[in-house]
Amino acid sequence: MRFPGWLRPTMFLFSLLVLWDLAVRAHKGLLIPGPLAVLAGIGELLQHGLLLKYVVASLFRVTWGFLLACVTAIPLGLALGWYRRGEMALNPISQIFRPISPLAWIPIAILWFGVGDLSSIFLIFVGCFFPLLLTAVSAVHTIPAVYINAGRNFGLSSAAFVARVLYPAVMPQLLVGMRITLGIAWLVVVAAEMIAVNSGLGFLIVDARNAGNRYDLVIAGMLVIGVIGLLLDLAMQSLEQMKSFRWRSSED
Amino acid sequence: MSAAHSAGTATTNRHKLRANQLGIVYERDGERIAALEDINLDIKDGEFVCVVGPSGCGKSTLLNVMGGFLSPTRGSVTIDGEPVTGPDQRRILVFQERGVFPWLTVEGNIGFGLSKLSRAERQQRIAHYVQLVRLQGFEHTYPSDLSGGMRQRLQVARALAVNPDILFLDEPFGALDSITRVIMRGELLRIWQTERRTIVFVTHDIDEAVQLADRVVVLSSRPAKIQKVLPIDVSHPRNISSPRYLELRDELLKQIGLAYEI
Repeated sequence: MRFPGWLRPTMFLFSLLVLWDLAVRAHKGLLIPGPLAVLAGIGELLQHGLLLKYVVASLFRVTWGFLLACVTAIPLGLALGWYRRGEMALNPISQIFRPISPLAWIPIAILWFGVGDLSSIFLIFVGCFFPLLLTAVSAVHTIPAVYINAGRNFGLSSAAFVARVLYPAVMPQLLVGMRITLGIAWLVVVAAEMIAVNSGLGFLIVDARNAGNRYDLVIAGMLVIGVIGLLLDLAMQSLEQMKSFRWRSSED
Repeated sequence: MSAAHSAGTATTNRHKLRANQLGIVYERDGERIAALEDINLDIKDGEFVCVVGPSGCGKSTLLNVMGGFLSPTRGSVTIDGEPVTGPDQRRILVFQERGVFPWLTVEGNIGFGLSKLSRAERQQRIAHYVQLVRLQGFEHTYPSDLSGGMRQRLQVARALAVNPDILFLDEPFGALDSITRVIMRGELLRIWQTERRTIVFVTHDIDEAVQLADRVVVLSSRPAKIQKVLPIDVSHPRNISSPRYLELRDELLKQIGLAYEI
């Protein structure tokens, strides 16, 4: 017997939901809401227009923090990858900054930007900057020498070389790095919103707990975060599937 | 464009490329390694020269110096009397594999060096070379969907499209299976006979050299010197079981130090 591809995961998910429901009914004292209560919570949020508002607020911060990191870290990383001396100079600093969790920057973010969008955007920027920088550096290092030599052979100007050889050559690796980093951005925004702002999905979770232990809303918020994270990842994946980008994975 | 360049496609007997006391020494882990020593070589316009030698002897190094990718530590390479100082569109190096840009289609690859032409001219040039290397119908295909032989033909087409005087080929068929390799030799000869470029072809395959070249340059083991220059005085198409062909082949095997009886 053959199942359609979507059937198996759907059935698995459904049985998990049933298990969840049964477990919650069996242990009423645990304060954990069941799936139906969570669904009602999502409905309540939709009704008040809060869900859309919070999703938009979170996505707004992620978009800006991520884009700012892309436009600064990627060109810098490409340049550092190309000029090894620059990389040697900057490498120790970036190795020190890289393992610092973006959340450790929260006090400084609030000090500099106050409580609001700017500080969460800053935190996302910090969280994305170093992974993107390192991805770009290593992407340049792994360009096969033949592409560089072939590019030089056809008499390209420096600008044309960057646009027509360097950029397409690093693209597949860069896209993978961007996809992973966007995942990081989505992790960071939730944490940042718990502290530095009063809107967004992270705020929803903290607020639901503070304003009367509304754990149905907490879990609703968690689920929405998960689903949107998944959608972001799928969007990045579809970018990787574009023929002129995905060449590396399909070669040989 | 210089007068010398525009005359480049005509077959004349004057020297196209001259290597003069060429030597290259590089340092690796503080050790000085001589790769090439005292290479003197004149290549005529329109000539097909094969370079053979033991593996690792510096054949590719020689090609890279001629192509301007490496600077010699001694001596010089001149093309049409001008010293070679760097890579140049007038002489294109074709690599063993992965030389085509995988992010461009067949059309995009052939047109890579043609951005200075008008759109119409570029399209015309691309169409011409697509046909020359028999890739009709694959104009919009990406290299990952081509066979190894097609990719090498594409690389040759991309090189020829910019109208170079000299093609340097670095074991271009080395990664292909033996049947495809034989077909590719025929294709290259056909292209060379219609386009009449000067070709310097590095190979480790003795048969390939005897089948293709006007002259075969045999390099010694490292540091590479010119051990022998062997003219192949058999006209095309070559009968590869003729006595003269076999004699030349045996001579080359002997030069490389291989017995021709196994």
